[in-house]
Parts: sequence; C-alpha cells; structure tokens
Amino acid sequence: MKNKWIISLLVVSMLVFLAGCGSKSNSGKSGGESSVLNGGAGDAATELSYWTFVELHGQHFEKMLEKWNAANPDRQIKLNVTVMPYDDMHNKLSIAVQTGVGAPDIADIELGKFPDFLAGEPQLEPLNDVAEPYKGTVVQSQLDLYAKEGKIYGLSTHVGATVAFYNTEILDEAGVDYKSIVTWDDFKKAGIQVYEKTGKYMGTADTSAIWQASLLLAQQESDLTDADGKPQVNSPEMVRAMTMLKDLQDNNVISTIAGGQPDTEEAYGEFNSGNYATAFMPLWQMSRYTNYMKDLSGKIAIAPLPVLEKGMHRSYGGGGTGTVVTKTAKDVQLAKDFIAYAKLSLDANIEIWNTLGFDPINMSVWDMKDVTHNPENQFVKYFVNNPFDVLNEIKEEINLIKSTSASPTINNVLCTVTLNEIFEDGKDIQQALDDAQTQIEQELK
Amino acid sequence: MIKNFLYSQKVAPYVFVLPFVLVFIIFWVYPLLSSFGMSFQKVTLGQEASFIGADNYTKLMGDTIFFKAVRNSAVYMILTLLILIPFPMLFAVLINSKAMWGREFFKSSFFFPALTSVVVAGTIFRLMFGEMEGSLINSILGVFGVEPIKFLKGQTTGFIALVALASWRWMGVNMLYFLSGLKNIPDDYYEAASIDGASAFQRFTRITIPLLKPTTIYVLTISIYAGLAMFIESMMLWNGNNSPKNIGLTIVGYLYRQGIEKNNLGYAAAVGIVLLIITMVINLTQLAFSGMFKKEED
Repeated sequence: MKNKWIISLLVVSMLVFLAGCGSKSNSGKSGGESSVLNGGAGDAATELSYWTFVELHGQHFEKMLEKWNAANPDRQIKLNVTVMPYDDMHNKLSIAVQTGVGAPDIADIELGKFPDFLAGEPQLEPLNDVAEPYKGTVVQSQLDLYAKEGKIYGLSTHVGATVAFYNTEILDEAGVDYKSIVTWDDFKKAGIQVYEKTGKYMGTADTSAIWQASLLLAQQESDLTDADGKPQVNSPEMVRAMTMLKDLQDNNVISTIAGGQPDTEEAYGEFNSGNYATAFMPLWQMSRYTNYMKDLSGKIAIAPLPVLEKGMHRSYGGGGTGTVVTKTAKDVQLAKDFIAYAKLSLDANIEIWNTLGFDPINMSVWDMKDVTHNPENQFVKYFVNNPFDVLNEIKEEINLIKSTSASPTINNVLCTVTLNEIFEDGKDIQQALDDAQTQIEQELK
Repeated sequence: MIKNFLYSQKVAPYVFVLPFVLVFIIFWVYPLLSSFGMSFQKVTLGQEASFIGADNYTKLMGDTIFFKAVRNSAVYMILTLLILIPFPMLFAVLINSKAMWGREFFKSSFFFPALTSVVVAGTIFRLMFGEMEGSLINSILGVFGVEPIKFLKGQTTGFIALVALASWRWMGVNMLYFLSGLKNIPDDYYEAASIDGASAFQRFTRITIPLLKPTTIYVLTISIYAGLAMFIESMMLWNGNNSPKNIGLTIVGYLYRQGIEKNNLGYAAAVGIVLLIITMVINLTQLAFSGMFKKEED
C-alpha cells in the first residue's frame, strides 16, 4: 500500500515536471519567441513576418510601424516578430529561403553570415529601387556592404564605429587618465599601473570574436582577405596585431574573459563586477551596457581606440545587420517599402539612435545636437561623455573590414581554434596563424 | 474475393509486415541511397546539384577537423562504454537484491534524469562547469583550495563535463535494461549455487554476468551507436556547435556544420556515409565477436 502511494506520487511529480518542460520548450529556445506588433493597424492590414536574433531590433520596428501605419492608411502592416538565438535563426533562415518554404517576409542577417546568403543566385529581393531615394543621405559603404554585383540585398542598421569603453572608476582608483591613452604603448603602461594598483585587468583578450583582430588590421590598412577576397590571416599585419595583444596579456594588461569576448552574458557579469576596465567594441555595445550592465551607469567613458602608431585611423566599422526581404514574401513591394522607411529614412535613423543607441548610417543625424545630446536619452544619461562627441572626432577615420564569401569560414576558424590557441594555450603566433591559413584554404577548397 | 485474399495464409503475413517494410524503405533505405548519391555531388540548397565524383571523399581524407571530430566521437563512445555498462550493471544487481531498502525510490531517481530534456540538462551542466569562481563545481573546488578551472576550454576537462552529463542522463536507462535482464534469471540457479557453497562474488561472476550476456550485448550495441551519434549534449554544453578548438565537436556536429551551417550538403552527405560505415564496422565486429550471428545450437 505504501509503495503504491510512493509510485503515484512519483508519477504525478514526473507528469508535472514533463508538462513544465513541454511548455517551456514551446515558447523558449527551439521555436523562438513570437509576438505580433499591431502598430495601430486596422483589420485590413497585411500581416508580415519578421525574424531577428536581436530582441532590441523589434523595439525599433515597433516604433517605425506605428509611424508607417499612421502615414499609409491604405497600406497598413501588422508585424509578426520572432526572436531566435543567433545560430538557430541563421540556420533556419538559410534552409527556408533556399528551399523556398517557410521563410519569413522580412529578416535580419548578420554581416558575418551575409555572404552565405549571397552565394550563387541569392534568394533575396534586390532593394535598389527602394534604397535609391536615400542615396547621398546615408553612408554609401554601408549600402555596398550587403550588395552583390551592383544589387543591394540588405539594408544596414548602423556604422558600428568601434571605440574604447573605459570604466573610469577603476582607472581613477589606479590613477590613470584614459584621455592620455593615444597609442597601444600608452595603453600598456596604463594597464600595468592598473594591475599593480588594483589587481584588475585593463582589458580582455578575446578568444571567441575577432573585433580586436579586425580593428588592429584596419589600423594598418590591412584586412583578413586580399583584394580578390582570398583569405590572408597569416599576413605580417596580423602577426603584428596578435604579437602586440599577446604582449599585453603577458604583462597582465589584458586577460581572457569568461564567454570569450565582451558581448556575452558571462562577460556582462564580469564587467558588472568591475573585473575588467576596458572593452574595445563597436558602438552598439552601448545598448548592452544600458540593458545588461546597469551597475556601471555613470562610470563608463567612451574614447577613440588606441593606435599602433600615431596618425593611424582610430576606428573601424564592426559588425552589422542587413535587413532583407525574401523572394517568397507575401507582398514583396510592401515589405521593401516598409524596411526602406524603417531603416533608411531620416526619421528611422533618429529612432535607431533613440531606441537602440546605434550610430546611424545617415550621418546628418550625427550633427543634430538636439537629437544626439538630448538629456532625456538613456544613452546620454548612462555614459560619462557624449558618444557623438567621440564619433564626430573619428568620423573620417572609420575603416572597413570586407565581408567576402570566405569570411564565415575565416571567422569560424579564428574564433573556435586560433585565438584560443594563442591566448589560452600560448601557442607560437606565427605557427597558429599559418595553421589557420592552411585550415581555411582546406575548408574553402 | 477480398475475404479470401485477406484470410489467405500466404498473403496475410506480408500484409502485416507491410507497414514496417514501407516505413523502413521510405525513412531509411531511400534517404540512405539518396545521401549516398548526394555524397558524390556538389549540392547547395536552392541550386542545381552537380556531379563531382569522389571529390568530397578526397577532401574529407585531408580534413583535419573531420578527424578531430571522429577522434572526439570515438573517445566519447569509449568513455561512455567504460562507465555506462559496468556501473549500471552493478547498480541493477544491488537494487535487485532483496536486502536493498528503498528499491523503488532508487529506480525512479536513477531514471529521472532520462526524462529531463537534454536542452535543459545541457544548459544546467554548462552553468555548473562554468569557468567563473562562483560556478558550482569551481566553488566546490574552491573549498579545497583549488584554483578555478576553465572546464569547457580544455580537452580533458571538457570531456569530464561531457561524460558527467552522459553518465548522469543514461545511468538509469541502462540500469533498467539490466534490471529486466536480471528478472529473467531464475532464482533456482542462485539457490542451487548457494547450497553448493558459492560466494556472492562467485554467484555474480558465474551466474549473473553470463546470463546477462544478451542484455549486455544489446546495451553495448545501442551505446556504441549512441556514443558515435552524440550531438545535442555537446551543442548544449558549449552553447552552440563551435566549441573552443573544437574540443566538443562530434561527427554529427561536423555533419551539421557542413550541411546546415555552411550549406554544403554534398560534403555533409559524405560525412554521414563515413559515420555509417564506422558505426556498422564497429557494431558488426562487436556482434560477430560476441557470437550473436551464430545459429542457436539446440
């Protein structure tokens, strides 16, 4: 009798447990989280689906949707937004657009993955006709970034100017003034002082992202691929970049971080706890500070990147997202008109700064003091100095790292193998980079 | 007429077997043949496939990452075999013994992890084996004065986490197989052995192990398959298919990377065929050695 009770109790608890798992996985990772944005649309509105891997992007579209629906009563839209994890979303989207079944009408594709979607005959709609009216108002290189053979397939969200984010509290404790850091040598001196005085690291040695490698290459006017788009990851410039970073690591100036790079959940925790004083990241990292590192409010200053030698360019455009319309979209023209409006119009660019804290690709926004210095803006409130003061200073110095068909493979090899070998295992830099070059060439055969 | 047909002793067996045969052909034979064909083509979704001969296979033979994946899968399989056969057998014997108290409780609690979704379990293990000081395992080690270990960044430590996850999940399932095997051994044998003065150890080695052989072979066969086909555990533990230095990359993970992430389906098909061959060779050899193909002697 006793046994029976125990068994029934177990059965009940298992059922409850299973039911819990079931409902979780439905709304959780596997299927992504969906929500329908109404934006004041009437019943006659067309419902378009939109996939993204950045939750925040949905917030921007929500604002623009309201404006669109108000301005276009006969072409109203409801937006069905699905947010999925990065890899998941790109994999699903890739299969969906290429098989022609199940793709959304609109989707975000990250720059590093974009070349995969441009391979062969792209299954995306060219956007030239809707982008044309905005030519001259937005940065041309940002339109070219998502183009193939003269056809634009994705609309950019931001420039992604890379800057240094300094934790002034730690630097003050160590008696370091971040404004005096101009070269990487200055950074090293400051870092040694920080480590001696506070026992904390000045910065991170990234093992799962190539922001640092890219910015150091951009400073030397070099790239991960040559003029023909062929990989060149063992170039003298890359060796110089890695040697410099390794030297910083050996002097306890930088150290590897949980998560492998500043834009990860584990790293937000480390930064929040004040274990690292600096992150070198594209400007969109600001939104990570305001959303995930609230403890650091009022402590983070933004500055141009240190350079290898004085006179080198002090920034590069890192990362990016191209918004695309798929060939199977319900109403191609409507989707195209809407995303052009939501991403390229002046209004959209202002909202991109207001909501997302990104550096908009319509550079005239950069000069609108009332927008960029609005004291009510959450980013203006959060940071020690105004981001646009820095952006305008480095405006002419933002280099680009090309995204080619070899880029996804290069990223994969560097971020899974090579950077770990260099910063975790201390493997010889030239050897590690030569191995990477061989591996990349082998994979691209 | 129809009645005659259905009642015919010759036809009826085929009708009953038909559903299985159909499922087998549609979901096994056809995909197998089609992926065999694909492995000789360059296939990119949405575009015309082209025949490229054995290029995929020659490329595979020079692919160090693929061999890394094969090695990982093999090591994982061997480790799981070493842990997930003797221990569940031992636990099954203990739980089966009449002297054991709380048998039902142990049975259910061992089986419980198998019901947990691998996504949830993998995520929990990832947090447990995190590299920060505060993560569970590191904080336990900290009590003994051990510095925090970056578990998921090293080959050995990464595999400790992976095998811990596998053991935690599958111990109970394998134990249940052995328990059902034990139920088939008549008590008389043990009684007779006791009367003849056999010790507990002798009874275990002379009666239990030999009579459990069919179960052991079954568990061995499915464990070999499961070990080589492992994918999601690694994917969840490293939060994606790209573990540092590919320490957690398995053959199926590589197939996924090539086929889905890189949209190179022909190459992925070649990986799949090689995996099939490896699994078949190991399992058939194992079955041949254990005498499963011999005809029953009586």
